[in-house]
Amino acid sequence: MTAILRGSHITVRYGSRTVVDDLSFRLDEGQWLMLAGPNGAGKTTLIETIAQGVPYTGSIQWEGRDLCALKPSQLAQKIGVLSQRNNVGYAYTVEEVVGLGRYAYRSGFFSNADDHGEALVENALAMTGLTDLRHASMLTLSGGETQRVFLAQVFAQNPQVLVLDEPANHLDLNYQQQIFSLIREWLKEPGRAVLSVVHDLSLARHYGTHAILMDHGKSISQGAIHEVMTPDNLQQVYGINVYEWMQEMLSQWQG
Amino acid sequence: MHDSRQLKRERFTPLTYLLLAVALLFTMILCICVGSVSISFSDTITAVWNAIRGVPASGSITGNIILNVRLPRVLCVTLAGAALSLCGAAMQGLLRNPLADGSTMGVSSGAALGAVIAMAAGLTLPGFTYGGIMVTAMAFAFGSLILILSLAYSLDHSLSTNNIILIGVIFTMFISSIISLIITFASDHTRSLSFWTLGSFSGVNYHQVTLLFIALVICGSVLFRFASELNAFAIGEDNARHVGVNVKRVKLIVLITVSVLIGVCVSISGTISFVGLVMPHIARMLVGPNHKRLLPASLFSGAIFLLLADLTARTILSPIELSIGVVTSLVGAVSFVIIFYRTRKRG
Repeated sequence: MTAILRGSHITVRYGSRTVVDDLSFRLDEGQWLMLAGPNGAGKTTLIETIAQGVPYTGSIQWEGRDLCALKPSQLAQKIGVLSQRNNVGYAYTVEEVVGLGRYAYRSGFFSNADDHGEALVENALAMTGLTDLRHASMLTLSGGETQRVFLAQVFAQNPQVLVLDEPANHLDLNYQQQIFSLIREWLKEPGRAVLSVVHDLSLARHYGTHAILMDHGKSISQGAIHEVMTPDNLQQVYGINVYEWMQEMLSQWQG
Repeated sequence: MHDSRQLKRERFTPLTYLLLAVALLFTMILCICVGSVSISFSDTITAVWNAIRGVPASGSITGNIILNVRLPRVLCVTLAGAALSLCGAAMQGLLRNPLADGSTMGVSSGAALGAVIAMAAGLTLPGFTYGGIMVTAMAFAFGSLILILSLAYSLDHSLSTNNIILIGVIFTMFISSIISLIITFASDHTRSLSFWTLGSFSGVNYHQVTLLFIALVICGSVLFRFASELNAFAIGEDNARHVGVNVKRVKLIVLITVSVLIGVCVSISGTISFVGLVMPHIARMLVGPNHKRLLPASLFSGAIFLLLADLTARTILSPIELSIGVVTSLVGAVSFVIIFYRTRKRG
């Protein structure tokens, strides 16, 4: 079986600093691949290489074709990216920002040929609980609401692969749970896959099917989630006994 | 429960365009009537109507003033105001920077330097005397834009508002001193320093009206075509790339288009500050930030604003005529402070 997305020997350098160091990975249909690791491990940069946002060496292939060879609008129809920093400077409405997710389908000369667009935008607004806020200005939203708007935009974009940098960022617990369950539902359709950076190791373990544990730009371990996120591996990367710490946290809720 | 945050954008209908068009037409007629010699409304209409029907002006002085002095001037001001405002709106969207404009970023000064150099060196295109000046102005406008953006980019990759403006202001001061240096040595060949730094529309003719019209139609169409892309950039360049915008291509095309339009304006009327800064803000208040509505609204509001500014400049101290830049800068500098203050407070 060919992977949907396959990265080979990806390396990113900023000057003399190597941020991602000869990393290879594959993402297959139905997988939710978690990128874990401490700050500065290169997780966000790796995501940026997939989004074609930073220069890199090595190659990233989509079903055997190099991503560089795709036009931006083709890429956007295959891969939907949610980045970490999303603040809007002007008073766009929620609906306008979510509707922009349909850009890749509207560009070109047949600009009004996007038939499913409206239904997908509508659906995305409903999924993220934003239908009531559709005419609200982006400048009036809280951090969590803004995060949901951009998540809705990615859903409206209707890609095959979601690439998410900290999707739970700024979200209250109820929305964290709701959004992660939504993504898990979304993943059930054939041909889809998710790659995400998640800081919360419990969330990563609960929802992920596979994981890459990164440190200093290198892949320390990758494979099925339970084989990667073992106490030994986590100890090596984080420098603390993560297992014990999580137990201690949990004990706060007992008794 | 969130009703207080709902925006009412649906109010912008074809009727709004119609109202803006009527306001523009009214302002244009006002500007033709009022001046050092006041001409009645009916005389104005008769003269213009006669000219359109091809009836000779029969040597009347008022007819002459209207057709050969005021009408070309009013048309030129209208087109330049629309063009500068459109450029400002496009740049503020593209760079996600509410303070971006030809004058704050030093693009207009760059264009002026190009025009001064071309005049001093006597650069002309065969069969098109004005062409050399215009093309040099466009090239210098584009060069300045690229230079300022690369300097700002090397400082910080997010192209923050303040860095661009700071570099733009310093660049403008630097260019002004070079312009005055060149004018000192080649004053017989170029126009006065105050023309280049404050702008003026006195003595414009139909030839220049035609040039501005062609430039505005071509560049305006290009910018209107990129309205969705400008929306994506205004929301964020990374986001634009993620939804599938070809960011490099769009950026290059928009920057070239803006440079061409500013180059043409500057070579005809000198640098007129702040039109492109202030009017898109007013337009944004009326119709919201969506460029599909913002660009046309900026076009109209820019034209109206510059017409009123020109009217003020030539009547307020009549018979002395002020430079139009004096009026736009007075209004613009105050607005700049207000906008800057508001964006800073928002964080």
